[in-house]
Amino acid sequence: MKPVTLWLAAGLILAALICASVLIGAASLFSGDVDGGLLIAVSRLPRTLAALLAGAGLALAGVVVQMAVQNRLVEPGLVGTPEAAMLGLLAVTLIAPGASMMVKMSVAAAAALVGTLCFMALARHVPRRDPVLLPLVGLIYGGILGAAALWVAWTTDLVQYLGTWMSGEFSGVLAGRYELLWIVAVLAPLLYLAADRITLLGLGEDAARSLGLNYRQTLLAGLLLVAIITAAVVVTVGAIPFVGLVVPNIISRLRGDNLRRNLPLTAWLGASAVLACDILGRLIRWPYEIPAGTIFAVFGAGVFLWLLNAAPRRAHA
Amino acid sequence: MPLRDVLMPDRRRLIPLALMLTGLAALFLAWNLKAPVEFILTLRVGKLASLVVVGAAIGAATVIFQTLTENRLLTPGIVGFDALFVFIQTALVLLFGGSVQAAIPPLLQFLAEAACLVAVSLALFTLLLGRGAGDILRMVLSGVILGIFLRGLTSFAQRLLDPSEFAIVQQASIASFTAVNPQVLTIAGITLILALGAALWLAPSLDAAGLGRQTARGIGLDHDRVVLVGLSLVGLLVALSTALVGPVTFLGLIAASLAYRFCGTWRHAVLIPAAALIGAAILVAGQFMFERILGLQSSLSVVVEFLGGLLFLFLLLRRSAR
Repeated sequence: MKPVTLWLAAGLILAALICASVLIGAASLFSGDVDGGLLIAVSRLPRTLAALLAGAGLALAGVVVQMAVQNRLVEPGLVGTPEAAMLGLLAVTLIAPGASMMVKMSVAAAAALVGTLCFMALARHVPRRDPVLLPLVGLIYGGILGAAALWVAWTTDLVQYLGTWMSGEFSGVLAGRYELLWIVAVLAPLLYLAADRITLLGLGEDAARSLGLNYRQTLLAGLLLVAIITAAVVVTVGAIPFVGLVVPNIISRLRGDNLRRNLPLTAWLGASAVLACDILGRLIRWPYEIPAGTIFAVFGAGVFLWLLNAAPRRAHA
Repeated sequence: MPLRDVLMPDRRRLIPLALMLTGLAALFLAWNLKAPVEFILTLRVGKLASLVVVGAAIGAATVIFQTLTENRLLTPGIVGFDALFVFIQTALVLLFGGSVQAAIPPLLQFLAEAACLVAVSLALFTLLLGRGAGDILRMVLSGVILGIFLRGLTSFAQRLLDPSEFAIVQQASIASFTAVNPQVLTIAGITLILALGAALWLAPSLDAAGLGRQTARGIGLDHDRVVLVGLSLVGLLVALSTALVGPVTFLGLIAASLAYRFCGTWRHAVLIPAAALIGAAILVAGQFMFERILGLQSSLSVVVEFLGGLLFLFLLLRRSAR
């Protein structure tokens, strides 16, 4: 497909999804019971934007993590980043319950960064020869952090909070309560500028250094980006698993590995897929809702199983 | 030395384990016992029985499962057996409605659910895990993701349920050792004894199957039949433990690793009872610590997950370092 046609198609799909998302919901826009304009401004539009931003951010974070550990079967959700962010959130909720959203988010991002760096340290000890080992270690690492968070929440009666962070859904999104997610829109262009460096990161430490990359600095910057995006998503809508795994894999299968060319497409697919899941969640049991995170988990786990078993192995799958 | 012990020297290892479990059980029952003695004892006996049944079932199931898959990292919980059980329960409620569910006697219901689990798990796991015996890690990861997939499907199905029907399912999906129906407990206890008997009968075949498919077939074992029977037993044991208290992922891993370490044998006639005893002892000791000493309620399963996860990571990395 020519780039122009591709982008036209992508734009059309996105526009259709946005229209559908604005129009579909428990209350009808045209019945006259509610002020349609107000409904759109306060609920529908913020919700649509939140889904788009969260999806794009998670997909981009997935790319960075995959490059950083040189493994295609990993994503932030599989290396314990959301669980670490939840631990940070729990800590700040316990120590300073009245802290502002921004403070909570910063603490969560810091915790997420520490958690991800711990995983990177762990990953150094994992042999490279089997690409499947690393996601397994990451899953269990995340599970241990999750169990710790659950235990803390249990002893302090915060299990309900934990529940809202663990399952990503957009029904609670209103104007004024999702704006943190705009961080994604700020960070995405930065990532685009650094795309070539991130590509070099994916070649491994030795190759990247020999090509003149400041490996440590780039790695730290990339992981900081991942931590901030993940923390923002967890704080505002809750964790959505598998977005960062499935989307970059589909894109790289279709379009190869040129990151600078692919990043916009990755962001687009992540945003569209999450928004589509949210719309689907609103439709299946109308007027009740199913969390977008649940729908994506089912879909994403299915795709992951397929990636793992049916697909031919790539050079560094 | 008596002849029996010459033939089976490892079996003596079971004695200290049995003594330990008895001691723990006595401690669990007698600690700080106040009036009304009879009432408290009844409560404690019920709880103790459910802990022992669940621990023993999970321990035995894990040893059988690890031999069949020739992999000491796997447990039925890690590859999503218990997620499958909760999913089947949810699907049954979704298909037939909660009222039908309530009308069926518990025994019939349990047997039907267990049969479903055995059938579905046989189909699924031979499909997914059978061909990958050479590629163990891929198999483990597939299993883990399958578990996530099933849990996702379950929570999806639960969203489609009425609140009252949801309550029925939720009882099954959270591990709790506090409220167990005595009738279900009796059924589970009898099933456990029968399943353990069958496992001991299967033990010599399992010893042979542990040599690997090629070798086992070479010495005349009907390997496929052993896998079929063994997986059915695992399904049954997991079904009964999940029906009693809900999913406990990593307990089996701890129990089985300790059993290998403590017994130092490959005989399943020893390993299976040893893992069962250790599994039961861990749960009884853990619950005792939590409830009586630390005064915490129902967070035992979380701690078992935490420690089991650490053990899994350790085993995985040590295995890969070699």
